[in-house]
Amino acid sequence: MQHTAWRDQAPVLGVVALGGVLGAWGRYGASLLWPVHAGGFPWTILAVNAAGCAVIGVFLALLDEAWAAHRLVRPFFGTGVLGGFTTFSTYAVDVQRLFHDGHPGTALGYLAATPLAALAAVWSAATATRRALRRRGHREARP
Amino acid sequence: MNWQNWLLVGAGAAVGAPLRYLTDRAVRARHDTVFPWGTFTVNVAGSLLLGLLTGVAWQAQLVAGTGLCGALTTYSTFSYETLRLAEEDAALLAAANVGLSLAAGLGAAFLGAGLAHAWWA
Repeated sequence: MQHTAWRDQAPVLGVVALGGVLGAWGRYGASLLWPVHAGGFPWTILAVNAAGCAVIGVFLALLDEAWAAHRLVRPFFGTGVLGGFTTFSTYAVDVQRLFHDGHPGTALGYLAATPLAALAAVWSAATATRRALRRRGHREARP
Repeated sequence: MNWQNWLLVGAGAAVGAPLRYLTDRAVRARHDTVFPWGTFTVNVAGSLLLGLLTGVAWQAQLVAGTGLCGALTTYSTFSYETLRLAEEDAALLAAANVGLSLAAGLGAAFLGAGLAHAWWA
């Protein structure tokens, strides 16, 4: 029993780790490409988080409604790549640091802007994907 | 290109992402609710740990901060779970998820950074 559970879980853990490394590299690369000076508005991580939310909206809408994917696709890309790409801890600590370093306006703006951008991104991406799938489904259903 | 830095980030993420997956599973197995406590747990724990890393050497920042905490926590799953709650007519739970996650995550970051300043920064 335990043996079977491990045999089931080992590949999942492996693809989650691999995806997480790739996602974290993407985020690290973005922070090198678009560095933000201390005390500045953390645009790069805001954009990373919003982009990751938009992509997960498309990806999970596809998996839920249209795509009979291999069982490792979701843990690899959803849990691994997108989970590793986006970050909550950097968001929280950047807000704390902006407050601590005497930029309360930037801190509050960033604190509010990230969840707004993230939720708008995931909602609009998931909705647009479902609509597109349904339109296609209707067309294909017609003779 | 400094490949050692990429290795440090990758090593941390290779631990952080599976740790998030395992924590989420363990929390789900213990609490049979629609509220996404698993993601909440990793996000708050990761924010505390990243706060504690305030002032440590940059190599430790890369492996434990950018790599481990970055991959342990997630914004994409957090917002997707919030969207699902809102769509399943659980608007109150969706709002509570956002409010609680932000309050607890921020509180954890302040606590971690405060402890770090007291100890070593």
